Amino acid sequence: MLSKVVSCVLTGLEGEIVNVETDISNGLPSFTIVGLPDTAVRESKERVKSAIKNSGFNFPIKRITINLAPANTKKEGTHLDLPMAMGILSASDQIDMKYLKEYAFIGELSLNGKLNRVIGVLPLVISFREKGYKKIILPKENMEEASIIEDVEIYALENLFQITSFLQGDLKINPSANKTNTINTNCLSQKVDFNEVSGQETAKRALEIAAAGGHNIILIGPPGSGKTMLARRFPTILPDMTLEESIEVTKIYSIAGLLPSNSSLIKTRPFISPHHTISKVSLIGGGKIPKPGEVSLAHLGVLFLDELPEFQRNVLEVLRQPMEDEVVTISRINATITYPAKFVLVASMNPCPCGYYNDPVKECSCAPHQIKKYLSKISGPLLDRIDMHIEVFPVKYNELTNKTKPKSSLEIKKKVDMARNIQLERFKDSRIRFNSQLPPRLIKKYCKLGKEENSLLEAAFHNLGMSARSYNKILKLSRTIADLDGSANIKVSHLSEAIQYRSLDKKFWAL
Amino acid sequence: MKEKDCYIWLNSIQGVGHKTIEKILNYFGALLPLWTSPNNEIYKIPHLQKHIADKIIEHRDIKFVENYKQKMKKKNVISIIKEEESYPISLRNTYDPPYILNLIGSITKKDQTALAIVGSRRATPYGKNIAYKFAKELVKYGITVVSGMAYGIDSAAHKGALDGGGRTIAVLGCGVDICYPKSNYKLMKDIINNGAIVSEYPLGTQPTPGNFPQRNRIISGLSKAVLVVEAGLKSGSLITVDYALEQGKDVFAVPGNINSNFSKGTNKLIKEGAKPVTCIEDILEEFNISNKISDNNTDIELSDLEKKIFKVIEDKQPIHMDLIGAILHLNPSDINSIITILEIKGIIEQLPGKIIITK
Repeated sequence: MLSKVVSCVLTGLEGEIVNVETDISNGLPSFTIVGLPDTAVRESKERVKSAIKNSGFNFPIKRITINLAPANTKKEGTHLDLPMAMGILSASDQIDMKYLKEYAFIGELSLNGKLNRVIGVLPLVISFREKGYKKIILPKENMEEASIIEDVEIYALENLFQITSFLQGDLKINPSANKTNTINTNCLSQKVDFNEVSGQETAKRALEIAAAGGHNIILIGPPGSGKTMLARRFPTILPDMTLEESIEVTKIYSIAGLLPSNSSLIKTRPFISPHHTISKVSLIGGGKIPKPGEVSLAHLGVLFLDELPEFQRNVLEVLRQPMEDEVVTISRINATITYPAKFVLVASMNPCPCGYYNDPVKECSCAPHQIKKYLSKISGPLLDRIDMHIEVFPVKYNELTNKTKPKSSLEIKKKVDMARNIQLERFKDSRIRFNSQLPPRLIKKYCKLGKEENSLLEAAFHNLGMSARSYNKILKLSRTIADLDGSANIKVSHLSEAIQYRSLDKKFWAL
Repeated sequence: MKEKDCYIWLNSIQGVGHKTIEKILNYFGALLPLWTSPNNEIYKIPHLQKHIADKIIEHRDIKFVENYKQKMKKKNVISIIKEEESYPISLRNTYDPPYILNLIGSITKKDQTALAIVGSRRATPYGKNIAYKFAKELVKYGITVVSGMAYGIDSAAHKGALDGGGRTIAVLGCGVDICYPKSNYKLMKDIINNGAIVSEYPLGTQPTPGNFPQRNRIISGLSKAVLVVEAGLKSGSLITVDYALEQGKDVFAVPGNINSNFSKGTNKLIKEGAKPVTCIEDILEEFNISNKISDNNTDIELSDLEKKIFKVIEDKQPIHMDLIGAILHLNPSDINSIITILEIKGIIEQLPGKIIITK
């Protein structure tokens, strides 16, 4: 007898419906899966066999052929266990085909018939909905994740026997409640706060601007000056994610298998800080069927590269394309997949190998060519994509701490939110969301300068030894500073502040 | 072949240096006889090692000389020998000056009033800033700045002189056609247009460590006095000082923080009798130049807030940017923007690490 069960497989973030066709005929007992299954799918034979037996059903001692249609695409993932088991049960008349028609199935089977958690449920459910399958049966442990999708009925069940009883109507189970409306993406439970950092007012202000305009930023300073401490607090001042953004991020984490089991949705912006020994492939993603890398995991969040020059140079260079295009396309022989990768880069570095070059107090023990070599590890094209350079130096703050109370993250965040709203309003008709994304042709349109401002910029280039490449960056930065100020026009004060955030351009970095 | 060609020829042979020429001159009285005399005569020159004599004989070839002179012409290099009028007087008057100087650019009469500004390659922002400022100011009084085009103080001094619109001479420890360090390529070009690159070594000589102490005697020789801006206890600039004292030149030193390793050498010089220099007047005095150019910084217009911030900087410099904000209870955004404006107005200067000083 022949049966057909609906499931789905993923290529990147895109799902494709798979019809699991099962045929049982007389002949020498055998169990064959065709339709380009990968190892995990082929191994499922043993799981399916034991799960059926241990759930109180008969495993037919006949010639079983399972075809995963369409047969020309590679199938991977353990979530095809359940649809195959259902196919065998219905093909061997242990459950009537008519009960299965309306449903789509995903789930991994344990040998005792229990349904195990699978990865990638969120994009799978979204694909089912797009293709018109509204009733989905999946493992109980994936319920939280799946329940955020509207317009679908999710039946989260525990084992194979429960599924058959449910399908035949012996067991009444209501679809799990949709949680879309109850989700609160406003997440205040941050563990760190900017009010723990005393002093470093300039650096904090710089991070505020970076957060408001989505500008990439590099912090330069000797060891112990607080670069990492500042960077770790950067996510606390970023605006909350919208629901769409949350789902976008959760999809990526779902595929990567990194979603915590008790949470349905990732609500805080990701903060990814890979160690500097990271390889190219793990940074941008890869594998036989490409998996998302760190840049995609940092999507809509922060990618923090501590000790930037310690990263291998070729690893840093692969960052250039995702930083420009905000997506990363990975091509392998089996698939070409595009993952989103829109992140704010926060990097930190020492000014030289020993760490104390230019330090006002401690002496640097590096030879000039060592410093040069160290700084040159960061290539011009990469530096071009970083809008802000901030020097962070430890300062004696005994006198300072008493006088001023540091601003809390919440206070800064309010200003950032306001500035972001101004930008969303301004760019509502285009694909751009933040000032940092402005292409050169639009800079002229949105960053108009008055006469006074123009002459200031000219004087700055002339007197302060700025390099030409910083021209556009200064304009973009002043746009963000003006937005933080709630000002429609860029004023002299905004422009002159922006100039301070380009210290790597200045003369004193030359030896 | 003329006498001068003989100097160029001998200078171009690898392995023939200052001492060899001295030995030959002691024997023949001039160099031309060396070109014409038979081989056995050359072996008779006292103390001349055999392999050097072999080399000289091997290179006694008019084609070799013509090739080398062609190369010099292509690279705009000229040679001056000690007997020539254009040879710098102050250098000629020293003990043991080089017999021949190779140079790109020009050394003129103006360059007789010269000051050597030297110091450590591993310099602090303080030292580089001072070297730059002094050079920039001093060239306005017609003083030529002589230095060695190395990293640190040397480069800062050359840059200062060029930015001040004055003349500067760089003495290299390698051939004048080689840029060392390579990153000073642009600086080297600028120096050629506003002074000269000088070396006693032939074209193509690599910058080996042994060459540098020797070239220091030319730096001090070309100058009336030597200013040491920053030097550690073992700095090569102290060798320049030794030469300067031998040659009877004045030695100035910029005092530094007594804790700083980078200023231990200069502070020691002051202890030993070098003149401490804290402003350009200290140097002009020794050069018998009166300070005619008046300061007209005072008529720069400042707003109230700018005045307030400038006052704090003046009182407490060097001061960190955040500290100014804390003292005046101002936001970092205001401080940032006013610092930029004061920088553009040219009355303050920012050092690495957001440290602010007045100009």
